[in-house]
Amino acid sequence: MGSITLKNVQKHFGEAKVIPSVDLEIKDGEFVVFVGPSGSGKSTLLRLIAGLEDLTGGTITIDGKDVTEAAPAARGLAMVFQSYALYPHMSVRKNIAFPLKMAKMEQSAIDKKVEAAAKVLNLTDYLERRPSQLSGGQRQRVAIGRAIVREPSAFLFDEPLSNLDAALRGTMRLEISDLHNQLKTTMIYVTHDQIEAMTMADKIVVLNRGNIEQVGSPMELYQTPRNLFVAGFIGSPRMNLITGDYAKSKGATTAGIRPEHLTLSKESGTWKGRVTVAEHLGADTFLHLDVEGIGQMTARASGEFGAHHGDTVYLTPDETRLHRFDDKGLAIRA
Amino acid sequence: MATQNTRTLARLMMAPSVVVLLIWMAVPLAMTLYYSFQNYNLLTPMNVSFAGFFNYQYFYTDPAFFQSIWNTLVLVLGVLAITVIGGTAIALLIDQPIFGQGIVRILVISPFFVMPPVAALIWKNMIMHPGYGVFADIAKFFGAQPVDWFAQYPLFSVIIIVAWQWLPFATLILLTALQSLDSEQKEAAEMDGANFFNRFIYLTIPHLSRAVTVVILIQTIFLLGIYAEILVTTNGGPGYASTNLTFLIYRTARLGYDVGGGAAGGIIAVVLANIVAIFLMRAVGKNLDK
Repeated sequence: MGSITLKNVQKHFGEAKVIPSVDLEIKDGEFVVFVGPSGSGKSTLLRLIAGLEDLTGGTITIDGKDVTEAAPAARGLAMVFQSYALYPHMSVRKNIAFPLKMAKMEQSAIDKKVEAAAKVLNLTDYLERRPSQLSGGQRQRVAIGRAIVREPSAFLFDEPLSNLDAALRGTMRLEISDLHNQLKTTMIYVTHDQIEAMTMADKIVVLNRGNIEQVGSPMELYQTPRNLFVAGFIGSPRMNLITGDYAKSKGATTAGIRPEHLTLSKESGTWKGRVTVAEHLGADTFLHLDVEGIGQMTARASGEFGAHHGDTVYLTPDETRLHRFDDKGLAIRA
Repeated sequence: MATQNTRTLARLMMAPSVVVLLIWMAVPLAMTLYYSFQNYNLLTPMNVSFAGFFNYQYFYTDPAFFQSIWNTLVLVLGVLAITVIGGTAIALLIDQPIFGQGIVRILVISPFFVMPPVAALIWKNMIMHPGYGVFADIAKFFGAQPVDWFAQYPLFSVIIIVAWQWLPFATLILLTALQSLDSEQKEAAEMDGANFFNRFIYLTIPHLSRAVTVVILIQTIFLLGIYAEILVTTNGGPGYASTNLTFLIYRTARLGYDVGGGAAGGIIAVVLANIVAIFLMRAVGKNLDK
């Protein structure tokens, strides 16, 4: 219940080939996150799966059934939109009940399901309110409730948390993960926020210009990025990419080292740099450095590291965690 | 307008327009009220005297009085029904992406730019004329007897002409409302299994309710005072079949040279219009404070 297969899926808007060709396998019960910069085609891909856009070529199969030409409602998927897309003139109860009403379900069964969904989502006290009387997080939960009651084979989320403030985003992230653990239903989640991707996903699909750059678990992407794009995109702060003599000495065109794999010292080290900006977060210290012979680098120290603007700091890379890339930007694995 | 300061300033800035509007409204109303209690006939302009409620009694007992009120209501409701339903239908149509959309939209809006007497004359002489109107040609093509619209269905003919003129207005307002419907809501409804018909009932119509309210309120104001179309086409006839309250006032005041009687009719019309306004605001006005 809820395996989705994309075969050679293409989408062109006129001349623009937004998605040249995508093959993807999503297993039942997986939490898959599409992540990529804006314009990478991640939302388009989601809308193709939902049936809100027509395919230019290829096929989409859900649970072994070809749904390439099927209407959105016939695919058994439920979607949570970025703007929540609640019906403004209906109460929360009617919003959640709407898909069931459209499915011509009996009123008593509808009531039961709505109550149950409201209980799961802590919306019981708000059932008679209108969406305009709710906070952002509550609206988000109503949108999720409207998706849950349909008991879909998969949930689609289109950047659902981007309209919430940072604190609420953290809470909702947990709630959605929790929901996935409870329901065990396939979820496809689109976001440009790699923290959401890393924390929630079973499987991350990194998209760039309509192409899949890499598919893998969060840790796979972090530890073994397939190419420069994934290396630069996953991880915060970004991986330091070093070209020139140092990379050549390691047999690569570009060498990459994550900020957390640099050891900081005030006395000695491989590289010498001057601090341009120091960010002290308490638990971590991020130093943005101007390194001699290399340029801008970012280093991360656990806990407090007493360095300030203008200070000289020495860096030593953990060479076992070094990433090497060839002239095409692909990772070299020894 | 939060602070005391800005409130005072705002009131000062608004005062001139409010004062001018008040004078503009109050002076003619006061004059009408004054003349409605005077014996004042333009045929004998020397004999002006206080009349008490005679003018009101005279207007009320006019054989056309009740029929004219009835005609006014039929005219307003008929035109509202045609423009709201037709306007929604046309707005839905021209909201679809088609080739030459801009030109089509301008053409659809254009009747609004034709002044009422011209529109009425065109309908009278080129479309509804029993001899050489378009409708007569169509009837003759099918071998039917041409309809003499203004003799057989005078009020209905006037309704058609007025509705033709106001259809663009309704279409325009409803079209902009349609375009402001959130596309994600439409897509959500589509995913929820609502077909086109259900999306229209549960999403489009509630969304349009506010625009429909605006259309009804604004049109009613103008439709209560329809006059030119009647004067040009049926002249209120045959008999009183197409006489509305405005036209009856015109008949009394200008054809009968009876300023007092016309003024009394005007005051009655103002009272009736306010009664309509109260009912209207009760019925549809709540849509506005959402």
